[in-house]
Amino acid sequence: MLVNQFLFLAALLFCIGVYGVIARKNAVLVLMSIELILNAVNLNFVAFALRNGNADGHTFALYIIAIAAAEVGVGLGLVLLIFRNRRTISLDDLSGMKG
Amino acid sequence: MVAQNIGFAIIAAMMIVGALRVVTTSNVVHAALWLVVVLAGAAAQYILLAAEFVAVTQVLVYIGAVMVLFLFGTMLTRSRIGRDSGLNNSYAKLGIPVAVVLFAAMALALSESFGTEKLPSDGSLVTTQQISDQIFGPYLLPFWALSFVLLVAVIGAIVLARKD
Repeated sequence: MLVNQFLFLAALLFCIGVYGVIARKNAVLVLMSIELILNAVNLNFVAFALRNGNADGHTFALYIIAIAAAEVGVGLGLVLLIFRNRRTISLDDLSGMKG
Repeated sequence: MVAQNIGFAIIAAMMIVGALRVVTTSNVVHAALWLVVVLAGAAAQYILLAAEFVAVTQVLVYIGAVMVLFLFGTMLTRSRIGRDSGLNNSYAKLGIPVAVVLFAAMALALSESFGTEKLPSDGSLVTTQQISDQIFGPYLLPFWALSFVLLVAVIGAIVLARKD
């Protein structure tokens, strides 16, 4: 197995996630795209852990999984609050900070 | 070696198709279910990379907990359960060149720096004991910080989502 096959897969997942963040309007789908990006990063960490033969990459991957869970919890709480106040989760309609 | 590469190719193809469906499907619930495919594929890749503890954590936390959160979020925000044409921005096409250019830049950098370097096939495998030695050794302070972040996130999510 080459190092690059995993890194290319992670790069592709990352780019698909970036496309999702740009293209999607629904806030829940934007959060899902962010999960894609975080998974791509995790794949890189684990691949490099095997390449370098130490456990640092695994530790970071575990921390990222925990942070991602916290992020989704808070993110969906925010989305719920926005939905309750504005009756929409379309990110285009949240233009209250535009001057 | 060949078997590993075949396994990698199958799982990678599955993950790429799943990821593309997550960002293109017009049904929020389908997007969540395609995301399960991607996350399960990532767990399988971790097993291929001899990271069984990370793989099990991925299944427990992502497929078990995060996906349930997403499905609840979909339900509670009353997104259309069926097809919905209003999921994309008006400038959604702008994302395609951005993603392509980003991938081209990363592919160029990766092939320049790693080329055809192989992963060690007989190297020392990382055991779960080593991971715990790392977490409760040099990375103890980030671990505490992480615990506080999780606590704050849980309390914050309750405060945000509570009906008062």
